[in-house]
This record gives sequence, C-alpha cells and structure tokens, in this order.
Amino acid sequence: MSVLSLKDVHVYIQGSHVLRGVTFEIPSNKVTALLGRNGVGKSTTLKAIMGLRQSTGEITLDGKSIHGKPTYQIVRTGIGYVPEDREIFSMLSVKDNLNIAVRDSEPNFDLVYSLFPELKTRTAQRAGTLSGGQQQMVAISRALLNRNQILLIDEPTKGLAPKLVTEVAESLARVAGESTMLLVEQNLALVKRVAEHILIMDQGKIIFQGEPSHLEDADFVHSMLGVGGRHN
Amino acid sequence: MDTFVLISITGVGLGALYFLVASGLSLIYGLMGVLNFAHGTFLVVGAFVGLWMSTQVFHTNSTFAFIVSMIVGGIGAGIFALIMEQLLITRLYNRHIDQALVTVGVALVVGAVLGGWFTNDLRLLPTPPWFINTVTIGKAFIPVDRFLYILTALALLGIFVGILKFTRIGLIIRAGVENRTMVTALGINVKRAFSAVFFLGGFAAGVGGVLIAAYQGGVTPLMAGSWLIYGFIVVVIGGMGSIGGSAVAALLIGITKQFVNYYIPGLGDFVVVILLVAVLLVRPQGLFGKVSA
Repeated sequence: MSVLSLKDVHVYIQGSHVLRGVTFEIPSNKVTALLGRNGVGKSTTLKAIMGLRQSTGEITLDGKSIHGKPTYQIVRTGIGYVPEDREIFSMLSVKDNLNIAVRDSEPNFDLVYSLFPELKTRTAQRAGTLSGGQQQMVAISRALLNRNQILLIDEPTKGLAPKLVTEVAESLARVAGESTMLLVEQNLALVKRVAEHILIMDQGKIIFQGEPSHLEDADFVHSMLGVGGRHN
Repeated sequence: MDTFVLISITGVGLGALYFLVASGLSLIYGLMGVLNFAHGTFLVVGAFVGLWMSTQVFHTNSTFAFIVSMIVGGIGAGIFALIMEQLLITRLYNRHIDQALVTVGVALVVGAVLGGWFTNDLRLLPTPPWFINTVTIGKAFIPVDRFLYILTALALLGIFVGILKFTRIGLIIRAGVENRTMVTALGINVKRAFSAVFFLGGFAAGVGGVLIAAYQGGVTPLMAGSWLIYGFIVVVIGGMGSIGGSAVAALLIGITKQFVNYYIPGLGDFVVVILLVAVLLVRPQGLFGKVSA
C-alpha cells in the first residue's frame, strides 16, 4: 500500500522545465531512496511535495490530495521534512530549534535524545555554533519529534565528514525500521544499507523503480547514475 | 550639572517616544521585510482614537482616562495595522517597490481623509493636570510627563522582549526573522505570526501617537511626518529587527539631539543625520543588526 503518490508532476523554475511528469508511489513502512545525478530534480521533487515549489499534477498523501495546499497544511497532514542544507535556525538554541518543530501534544523527545544523546547536553547552545554533523542531528530531530506518515529527507550526509556520515547513517538506519521515508541521497553505501526501494531520476523524470540490489551491479550504476559503482 | 541632568532625562524621554515609533517599524521590517511607510499613519490613528476616547467617552482629563485612552489608542492603531496587513500587505510579500508605493498611498489617503474630516488644525488632547508639574532632581526641574514616556517605553520594551523570548509566537517570530520558509516547512502558519507582529507594531505606534500628542500639545493628521523619519533613523542605527537595538538607538538619538540643540541650537537634526551616516559607513547593518547572508 502506498502512502505518498505523485502523478505527472511538472515544475517550471524561471522558464526551465525541471520536473517533466514525475510519477511514483512510496510504499508504507519502507525507505525509498530517490537517486540521480546532480541537478536532475531530486530536491525539487521534495520541494514540490512540500508545496515549496509550484507544480502541476497530482500529489496525494494517504489517498488525499495535498497538491496546491499551503506548505504548513501539507506538513500538518503528516510530513516531516529535512531540507538539503539543514536550515536550522542558527540564532536560536538547540532547545528552541526543537521546540518550534513540536506539533504533537506528546512530542517524541525520548526518541530524539536516544538517537542523538549529544543534543541533550547542548540544549542551551546556539545552533549556529554546532558542527555540521550536530546541525544535521537537529534538522533530523525536528522531523522525528512528531508522528508523521512520511519523512522526506534530502541529502542528510551532504558535506559531512566520514565519521559523521556513519553517525547519521546509523541514526537513519534505526529510524528506518519504524518509518516511511523518502530519502534523497548520493551516498550509495547508505542507500544500500537503509533503502528497500529505489527510484532513479534523470532529466526531471523517473527512469527506474526497483530493488536496491540493482545497485550492486556496477554497469547498472554507471549507466543510471554516471558513477563507477564502487562506493564508500 | 543640573543642566546635564535636565538634558539627559528629557533626552531619554524623547528617546522613549522615538522607541515607541521605531519598535514596530523594526519588527515589521525585521520579520516580514515589509517597508511600511504607513507606520506614521498608525501613530496618527492611535492619536485620534485616543483623542476620541478622551473627549467623547471620558469627558475628563483624569489620569485613568488618559491611560485608558492611550491603551485604546494603541489597540485602535493595532487593529488598523492588522486590517491594512490583511487587505494589502499579504499580497505584496517580497515586492518591496509595491510595498513602498502602497504604504505611501495608504499614508496619503488616510492623511487626506483625516484632514478633510477633522481639518489639519491641532486638536488639544486632554492630559492629566500633573503633566505640567516638574520634579526636582538636584537643582534640575524635570517635567513629570517625561517619566510617563520613559515608563511606557520600558513597559512596551518589556512586553516585546517577554513575548519574543518566552512565548511560542515569539519563538516563531524569531525563527521567522531568520528563515521564514523553514518555519512554514515545520507546519507553522507563519502568516499568523506576521499578523501578530503588525498588530504589535501598530499598537506601539498608537500608544506612541497618544504620548506624542501629549508631548506636542495636540493631535493633527500631519503629526507623523518627522517622527516617522526619526523612527526609520532609529531602526537603521539600531539594526533591522532588533528591538534592543531600537531601544539603544532611540536613547542615543534622543540624548544626542537634546544636548546638541542645547549647546548648538538648531543643529540637533543635522547631528543625528551625521550619526546615521557614520553608523552606515562603519556598521551598515546597524549597531545590533545581523549581516544578511
């Protein structure tokens, strides 16, 4: 059964046709990875789902249309979003960064602090002074505090040191068991570890849907993603 | 020394009035990026509502009547600001030129309507009898009304800081100043926070309008002009979006202007402009403003 469904979604940005009829379904309780070369429209797809980019087509969450709604209403239907560049509030404390994200009457701080115990010791610290990895923890935590139907996570390991990539990967792997997730990620090792379903995009379209086991095939990876097939 | 005390305290009193005008302006620009040239209209609307309360409802110049008139004037201006935001500004986010044109238009239209209705003559605002009293500090005779301006500004500063630091709407406003899109992406209707800011900004200007009317001796549709210019100067010197910055800048300008006008009569405005230029050259983001990314 699918949680999120996109049908023939198009996005134009400053006259450029960025998404060209994106169609896919995200199965429930699985991690789906959205892969593709840089600039093919992966982040734009997430933004279109979130209502952060104007689009045409159909977008439904749990069978109900969310297309055209304001972003805050889309989020309230049960979407947690971790943007590409973390976009934490650097002038606010860690605690305030988490508190502002709370929508549920019983936010799951236990889960957040069990995944990222480091944050508990830094609640009063200004988020802008955290390391990149810690900032990513805050960004992911904001999405995990509420009960969501799906998490949209955009390149969580981008720009992180290898040790921090492992840390974030561990956390995502732990969350993956209990959540439906659409993960945009370039790190194929992480994708292979957590994803149960993959989508590959090229030139604004989905060109492949299937099992992550295909990523073991170096020729497949090379032809689809334009990379060598040996990864991290 | 007595002169120093007198000029300092009256300067702080003047700064308090500047702060009342500038605080809302700073918040409205800081959070929403709205260039609101109709802010002076909030001040005028507040003053007229206060005048109406004082003369048509209370018919007395008691302290209670004045305080209530001041608060109702603030609320009236806040509601006016809210209506303007809902009808006009919500359609113009991120369109600065349009914002400037529309808000200038609102200021002109409201000014013309009030002028046509009430004439541009100064209408006396009843003030409590003790307004003309003085208190003696050392050998300096300080007009008592200045303390009311200072106390009101301090109270509003406290309310603003309290709201910003200790309430959820304040948290949303602070986050929205930094990244409005991300606030929305957390499921928050940031427009409500915008409306709250507009109301608060209008409220502060309205309260300021009543006090300025008391300071100037009356209410007129033309009363906002120079106060709005000083409001913008305070906001630029203090730093956009920084309430604390506005408070410090308002004090700095109020005191500077008083001292200069005392020692070099007539040059107060000029020196304030020089101060503005100096700050813009040395610290373009203002004393407490943040450098935009």
